[in-house]
Amino acid sequence: MLSAIWETEGLQTVGIVVLVFASIKLLHILGLISFSEDSVEDELELSAVRHRPEGLEQLEAQTRFSRKELQILYRGFKNECPSGVVNEDTFKDIYAQFFPQGDASTYAHFLFNAFDTDHNGSVSFEDFVMGLSILLRGTVQEKLIWAFNLYDINKDGYITKEEMLDIMKAIYDMMGKCTYPVLKEETPRQHVEVFFQKMDKNKDGVVTIDEFIDCCQNDENIMRSMHLFENVL
Amino acid sequence: MATGVAAWLPFARAAAIGWMPVANCPMPIAPRDNSKKQDELIILNVSGRRFQTWRTTLDRYPDTLLGSSEKDFFYNEETKEYFFDRDPDAFRSILNFYRTGKLHYPRHECISAYDEELTFFGIIPEIIGDCCYEEYKDRKRENLERLQDDQEENKDLKQSNLNFRETMWRAFENPHTSTLALVFYYVTGFFIAISVITNVVETVPCGSTTNQKDMPCGERYTVAFFCIDTACVMIFTVEYLMRLFAAPSRYRFMRSVMSIIDVVAILPYYIGLVMTNNEDVSGAFVTLRVFRVFRIFKFSRHSQGLRILGYTLKSCASELGFLLFSLTMAIIIFATVMFYAEKGSSSSKFTSIPASFWYTIVTMTTLGYGDMVPKTIAGKIFGSICSLSGVLVIALPVPVIVSNFSRIYHQNQRADKRRAQKKARLTRIRIAKSSSANAFLQGKRNGLINELLELTGTDNDDQKLIRTISLLESQHHHLLHCLEKTTAHEFVDEQMYEQNCLETALQTYPSHSPSIASQDSPVVSCCGCGAKRNAPLPNASLPPANPIPTHHHQGPLQELSALHIQSRDPLSHTTSRSKLNLKTDDSNRINCKSGRITTAIISLPTPPALTPDGDGLHGPLQRRVPLPPGRPAAPSIQTTTSSAETNIVKVSAL
Repeated sequence: MLSAIWETEGLQTVGIVVLVFASIKLLHILGLISFSEDSVEDELELSAVRHRPEGLEQLEAQTRFSRKELQILYRGFKNECPSGVVNEDTFKDIYAQFFPQGDASTYAHFLFNAFDTDHNGSVSFEDFVMGLSILLRGTVQEKLIWAFNLYDINKDGYITKEEMLDIMKAIYDMMGKCTYPVLKEETPRQHVEVFFQKMDKNKDGVVTIDEFIDCCQNDENIMRSMHLFENVL
Repeated sequence: MATGVAAWLPFARAAAIGWMPVANCPMPIAPRDNSKKQDELIILNVSGRRFQTWRTTLDRYPDTLLGSSEKDFFYNEETKEYFFDRDPDAFRSILNFYRTGKLHYPRHECISAYDEELTFFGIIPEIIGDCCYEEYKDRKRENLERLQDDQEENKDLKQSNLNFRETMWRAFENPHTSTLALVFYYVTGFFIAISVITNVVETVPCGSTTNQKDMPCGERYTVAFFCIDTACVMIFTVEYLMRLFAAPSRYRFMRSVMSIIDVVAILPYYIGLVMTNNEDVSGAFVTLRVFRVFRIFKFSRHSQGLRILGYTLKSCASELGFLLFSLTMAIIIFATVMFYAEKGSSSSKFTSIPASFWYTIVTMTTLGYGDMVPKTIAGKIFGSICSLSGVLVIALPVPVIVSNFSRIYHQNQRADKRRAQKKARLTRIRIAKSSSANAFLQGKRNGLINELLELTGTDNDDQKLIRTISLLESQHHHLLHCLEKTTAHEFVDEQMYEQNCLETALQTYPSHSPSIASQDSPVVSCCGCGAKRNAPLPNASLPPANPIPTHHHQGPLQELSALHIQSRDPLSHTTSRSKLNLKTDDSNRINCKSGRITTAIISLPTPPALTPDGDGLHGPLQRRVPLPPGRPAAPSIQTTTSSAETNIVKVSAL
C-alpha cells in the first residue's frame, strides 16, 4: 500500500516538475527571459561614427566660401555635433528649435534629404557646406535648381501634385495652430493649386525643371526674394 | 530663443530659400548686420587666470552679464581685457555654459558660493542641465533646512515678550525653556509610566488567599487600581485641557495626532464611568479598556526616537505599501499551490485556501510554527520554495526604509549637535562683534591722540605706541564719529553702559546728592535708562560723596571716550548752582565745538606714558589729585574750569 501511495505521489511530483521546466523553456524560446547578460549589450548600436572633413583648402576650392567663413561655419557645426556628422534626428531637433510654435519635423525631413546629397543618412560637413554655398553664394539658376530638388521628393525630375502637397503641408505645419487667419484644412491644397496654375505651363499635371526655372525667372517677386539672404554669412 | 543653436541660424535662413518659389507675396526685407566686424577673441581675466573665447560665443545669451554691455564695466583699458575678481574655478562652468548651452553644477563646489557666482554673472540656476539639476536641488534644500533650523533657534531666543498663553504653549512644546516646563514634562512622563504599569499589573494573577483560582490583581485590589487610574486620568485630562487652551490654533491642535492619542487614552475611563451601571454593554466596556494601552504612545512626546520612527514610517508609506502588496500576492499564490498540492493527502490541515494562508504567512516570514506542515512531496517542494521566496520578498523594501530612517535620524542628530554648539557659537559671534566695537573705540582714541600730538607738536615716544591703522579703518571710524556727532551721543562699551545705568538708577534715590555727572548727562553716552537729566538739580550741594561712575575702570579694555574726572576738593564748597550751570553750558558748548578739547584720557592697562598723570587713572579711582587750574604741562588735558577750586576736568573725546 505504501508503494501505491508513493507511486501516485511520485508521478504527481514528476509531472509537476516537468511542467515547470517546460514552461520556463517556453518563455526562453519566446524571448521573454534570457539567461545570459550579453544579449543586452548586443542590442546597443555602435557608437556614433566619427567623421573628419576634408582639408580646408579643398573645401575652399569646392565652395565659394573664404577660409575665414569656412572656419566660422565649421566651429558652429562641430559645436552642435561633436561627432562631425548630423543624423536626421539631430537635424530635426536643431531645426525644430527655430520654430517652436509648430511642428517642423516633416519639413526638416525634406530639408535633410535635400542636403544629404549622397543619401547615406547623415549630413557631413562637406554636404552642409556645399548646400550652403549654393544657397548663399550661388547663381539664381543654381538656387532654383536646389529648390526644385527640394520639392522633388523622389528625385525623378518631376514635381507632382502629391509631392507638392506634402511639401506644402510640411510648410504649413511649421506655422502651428495659432495663426491669423485660422488655418483651414484645404489651405495647403489651395496653395498647391495656385502654384500649379502658375508653374505648369503645359497643364500635364507635373512640373518639370525647365518649366519651373522659366516660370520663376519671369516672376519678379521670386527673383527679388532669391537675393534676400545673400548677406547671411 | 534658440540661442543654443545660434550657430545654425545662418543655415536655417539659407534654407528658407526653399519657400521662395512657393510664396505668393513678396518677402520682408532682411535686417542688415551693421556691425560687420569680424569675430574676435575676447580675453576674460578671472583673478589672474585668462580665459579666451569668441565674442559670438558670449553674445549667445544677451541677458547675462557677459553677453550684454554690462561687461564693459569690467573692461581694463591698459591690458585690453575684461577683469573679474571672482573665483576662477567656478567661472569655468559658467564659461562652459556659453560654449555648450548647458550649465553644469560641479559637485565639489559649495552650494552657496556657486549660487553667488551665478547671480553675479546673471545666470538663473533653473537652466542647470538635467544631469546636474537633481544634485543641485538636493544640496540647496539641505542648505535651506540648515538655515531654517538656525533661524528657528534664534527665534526661540529672541521672543521675550509673549503673553501668558504663548508662554504656556512654548513651555509645552520645548520643555527645556523653563524649569517649570521641565518639571511638568517629567511629571507627565512619570504618570504615563505609572498608568501603563498599572494596566499591565492589573492582569497579573496575585496570590490566591482563600479562593481556588488565582485572581488577577485587578479584581483583588479594585479600589486601589481604580484610584491610581483616576489620578492618572485626572492628570492627563488637565494636561490636555491646558494644551488645548494654550494652542495657537485650537482646531489644528485638535486634529493633530498627539491630541487624538491623548483623547483616546482618557476616553475609556469616562465612558466606563458613564456605563458602569449597564450590564449589557459591559463586554464592550471591557474592550474599551484595550484603548488604555494607547497611553504608551504619549511617550512619543518625550522620546525623540519614537517620533523619528513614526515620521520615518509615514515617509516610507509607499515602500511599506509595496511590501504589503507583494506579500499578499505571494501569499495568495503559494496558499493556492499548497492547497492543491496537499489536497490528495488524507489528514491534511490544508482544508481550504484561506486556511493555507496561515501556513504561507508563517513560512514566508520564516517563523515556522509547525502547526501546519505539508505531508506530500509536492507540498514539501513548494513549501520550501515558499520559504525561500519569503525571505527575498521581505528583504527587498527594507533597505529603503532603513535609509530613510538613517537620513532623518542623522538630520536630527545634526540639529542636536548644533544646538549644543550654539552656545559656543554665540560666544564666538559676540566676541567678534565686541572686538570690532572695541577696535573702533580704540581707534578713536588713537586718532585723537594723534591729532593732539600733532597739535601740540610734541614728538615724543608716545607716538610709537600708537597703532597705525589702515585707511579703511580710519574711514570707518570717521563714519562712526560722524554718527556720534549727529546724534550727540557716543559709543561706549558694555561695562561703561551698565555702570551708567546703575548710577542713574541709584540717583533716583533722594538721599544722594546728584552727581555732576548726571548733570552732564547729555554728554555722557547712550544711557538709555530713564533718568537723564538736563536740568540742573534742585540740590545745590556739592560734589557728592559718591564718585563719578566713570572712574570705575575694571578690566583690560576700558576705553572711555568721555570721562568726567572729578577732582574732589574738600575745601571748595562754594560752587553754586549757577556755577554748575555755567559749567554745564560751558561744557556743552565746548563739546559742540571741536576746538579746545580734543583728547581722551584713557586708562590703559599698560602704557602709563599716555596719560598725563599716568598714575592717576589706573584702577578704581575715587579721587584725584586736584590739578591746579590752567596747568600747562600736561599736554593732553585742558581744564575747562576756570575759577573754581573744584576742578572738574572734563576731558571728552568730542
